[in-house]
Amino acid sequence: MGSKDETCFAISIIIIIIGLIFIAIVRVIYVVYRTSKPLRPKSPKPLSTLIVLGSGGHTAEMINVLSALQKDRFMPRFYVAAATDNMSLQKARVLEDLLADTNGGKVVSAKFMQIYRSREVGQSYITSIGTTLIAIAHALWLMIKIRPKVILCNGPGTCIPLCVIAFLFKVVGIRWSSVFYVESIARVKRLSLSGLLLYKLCIADQFYVQWPQLQRKYPRAIYVGCLICRYFSFG
Amino acid sequence: MGEIEDSENRRMVFVTVGTTLFDALVRAVDTKEFKQELFRKGYTHLLIQMGRGFYTPTKSEAEDGSVAVDYFTFSSSIADHLRSASLVISHAGSGSIFETLRLGKPLIVVVNEDLMDNHQSELAEELAERKHLYCARPRTLHRTIADMDLASLLPYPAGDATPVAKLINRFLGFPDD
Repeated sequence: MGSKDETCFAISIIIIIIGLIFIAIVRVIYVVYRTSKPLRPKSPKPLSTLIVLGSGGHTAEMINVLSALQKDRFMPRFYVAAATDNMSLQKARVLEDLLADTNGGKVVSAKFMQIYRSREVGQSYITSIGTTLIAIAHALWLMIKIRPKVILCNGPGTCIPLCVIAFLFKVVGIRWSSVFYVESIARVKRLSLSGLLLYKLCIADQFYVQWPQLQRKYPRAIYVGCLICRYFSFG
Repeated sequence: MGEIEDSENRRMVFVTVGTTLFDALVRAVDTKEFKQELFRKGYTHLLIQMGRGFYTPTKSEAEDGSVAVDYFTFSSSIADHLRSASLVISHAGSGSIFETLRLGKPLIVVVNEDLMDNHQSELAEELAERKHLYCARPRTLHRTIADMDLASLLPYPAGDATPVAKLINRFLGFPDD
């Protein structure tokens, strides 16, 4: 008798687990389907925006994109750069100062934050496991705090934990973040590793490339041409 | 000697490796072969930004039959050097490439063959195919100088970020301006 109860109990647990897995799979499929569908808000409001900056050329390109966006639609703005990247946040601050000037002196809120990198160039793979876990935990912390409605990124590995967490937030229902990924102008025939991951996993809502060869190779990508119109030189 | 220093006759070749380590390029431009080609083409000065490299070139004043050579590691005003150059020889970093093209300077991009993942060469090769710059390897750089025809290079048109911005706005449901 006892064993029959135990068997019933075990079977119910298994059914519940299978049920939960089924619900999760359906939810994930729905999220993947919904990702890449344009939003249709009744009355568009300003959207909190997370901007992921990376070294050198990456930040310069991102700044070109930001310069073309209407500042009052994308606020508050949160800039994130890797902890070991000294130049990017500086550049972002300069951009925000520029925006304040053209805004008639009105200060629009912007926050600048640093995030731990999963792995430094040349770091051993063993220690990388530990630092990646720390990076994921830190990314989770930042995402819970910010819960952005829009994420803009263009290549550095720092964006991967943030975008994956954004996807999980979509699945779980914490926040629907629209992820826009712009592949670097330096990528002509092959995608970067970050780009490839976000493309294949369908995590980016819109995936932009700057060379037509990439659009032919990756049909879900959108070709936008070269977007560097201003070069911000910081030596 | 004094005539060479006159800015009107000064034609400077600026070599830049950015923040990278690219001793192969610095060595290649410090060879007699290379400097002779520069002189034959009418250049008077060679300025090398050597970045994190270990190999230090030899400085020299302008002499008969050769160019003046100077170098430094980093600068806060690379743009100034780019502006005053008659020819730029750069590593394949996209920032360096586009900054130089934007200034309308003739450019030779040298790809670092020692780099592990050399996606940089894709950009340099694509732009070379479209005739916006020349592409070279360190070992054959002097031949590129000898064979180049800078007048055949096409200017690189400025990019435009408004298509991307439009798409982002449309996707989010913002009205078109």
